[in-house]
Order: sequence, then C-alpha cells, then structure tokens
Amino acid sequence: MEQQILVVLPHPDDEAFGLSGTLAMHVHNGARVTYACLTLGEMGRNMGIPPFASRVTLPAVRKAELESSCRAIGIQDLRLLGFHDKTIEFEDQELLDSRIRELIEELSPTLVVTFYPGYSVHPDHDACGAAVIRVISQMPAEERPTVHCLAFSRNHEEAIGRPDVHYDVRAFLKHKLASIQSHRSQFQAAELLGKNELTQQEIEARFGTEHFWTYRF
Amino acid sequence: MQLIQPSKVQQLIEKLKDQDLYVHIEQTTGAYAAHFDSSKHPAASFLTNARIRYSHGAISGNGPFRVGLKMAHGWVYSEGLTHYEDTETERLIMAGHDSQGKLIVALQLSPEPF
Repeated sequence: MEQQILVVLPHPDDEAFGLSGTLAMHVHNGARVTYACLTLGEMGRNMGIPPFASRVTLPAVRKAELESSCRAIGIQDLRLLGFHDKTIEFEDQELLDSRIRELIEELSPTLVVTFYPGYSVHPDHDACGAAVIRVISQMPAEERPTVHCLAFSRNHEEAIGRPDVHYDVRAFLKHKLASIQSHRSQFQAAELLGKNELTQQEIEARFGTEHFWTYRF
Repeated sequence: MQLIQPSKVQQLIEKLKDQDLYVHIEQTTGAYAAHFDSSKHPAASFLTNARIRYSHGAISGNGPFRVGLKMAHGWVYSEGLTHYEDTETERLIMAGHDSQGKLIVALQLSPEPF
C-alpha cells in the first residue's frame, strides 16, 4: 500500500483520463495524495461549447474545475504552484526544481507520478516530467521514491516499451467519470462518451484500466 | 462570451482609443495539432501585457470579423474573431473559436494589465 503519493502535472485535467481511477483506488486504500499542479492551464483553447469562459476568466474557471476533480477523486491536498501555462520548458530550471524538491523533502512520498519526459506530446508535459526526474535522480538511490510515468506520444512504445504497471480501476469509474466531468470547460460530453450513451461494458473497456511506466534511473 | 455584435465592438474601440492600453494578442493551432494529424504544423504566438496606444481602429467583415488598430508606428491586426464579452464596459475581450469551439485567435485590450 502506498502511504504518501505526490502527483506532479502541469495542467488542471492532466489527472483526469490517465490517473484519476488509480488515485481514487489509492485513496480508498488509505493513501494520502498531494497533487502539485504547475499551472492553471490558462492558455487552454477549450472554453466550453458555446464558450462560457474567456482568456480572462479561464484561470479561475479551471481552478474551480480542478478543485472539483480533486474532491471527486478524494485527493486531500492540492498545491497550485503558480507557473504559467506553456512556459514550463522556458522556466528558470533551478526555480522549478527547487519547488519540486521542497515538496519531496516535506512529504517524503513513497510514490511520485508525473509525465514520462520526451514521450508526453505537450512541451509542458515533457518539461514537467524532466524536472521531476532531474530532482529525484539527484537523491541517493536508496532514498528515491518509486516514479510512475504517463506517456502517450506517437510510437512511444518503440522507445520505452510497454507499460509495466496496470491498474484495474473499474471499481472507481464513478470517481474517474466525475473527475473528467469536473473539467467542464475542457471536455465536451461528445468527446467523453461519443454521440451515443456508452454501455457500462463500453465504459469499462475504454476507461477501466490505467497504465504506467516505472521510471528506471 | 457572446457572438460579436460589430456595432458594440466598434463603440468599445472608440472608447479605448488615444490612451495607454495593455494588449493580449494570440493565435494558436493548439499544442496537439500534429499529435492528432501529422500533416498539421503546430504554430502559436502570444503577447501579453505589452503597452500600446492607437489613434484609430475598426472592426470589419461579416463574421468571422477582422479588427485593425492604427498606432503611431504600426498596426495591430486580427482575423477570425467570432466572440466578445458583452458584460465588459472598460475592456475589449474578443476571441475567435473554430467549428469545434476551440480558441484559435484572441485580441484583448485593457487600461489595466491582464
């Protein structure tokens, strides 16, 4: 059983599709979860259909959506690190690393979850994962927490192989769908469920398993 | 955000002219453009809270709309604007959304920083 999990992701909603079921499962099993979200996703392109948010209101809208998603999952501790969307790869690396290092020193997580650097499509995803890996690789090997990575770039399995960690999260689909639906400005119903209502079987096939790569230092 | 009413936008353009303003201007295909379709070329630019002042400005077209603002030494130009915020009286908040509802262009003016 994991005791303290630290999730480091750059955007509100990065937790929803690939991770929320796993986190709900860990919380159910007694884990404490801290989610450090680097930005408010303030440069996102989705504003709802028809748009109910704007460039000006989007940060506040997405902050509220993220808080709602965390409640749905059962995450006890949300930290908003205040970086600006789309700028993580340009940030002062020492500043970025020090914020992540402080969290690891404060929390002593048994498990850290982030994006696999280089295989996560969005420059913020890759830069976020790279910072986490940099910080943890500087720790003595015996003190390092386990790191589970999310990856989804084109042909990523040719480089990093198949994921080695698989969780059956069918028992936590209610939490997962509520997390996804919390991000109302970002995920339209059609994107989530298609044009027709999915059967329970289809939902389980599509959302019932979550996969991770254990990072090998 | 509501669909642009050009006369309302023109009124705000007139109200904000000849004063120091902060501008946010942006155009983007989104960071996932090539991930979803490898023939696409992802491109994006934004500039936030640069100071500008214009002496003349207009909204044009039948929708999506174009806006041009004439400054002492150049122009601000945006094409593809579809929506504006009609509750704003001191700022002009405009954006263009594509057929999937995603923001593709934005132009915002304000006497105070965004």
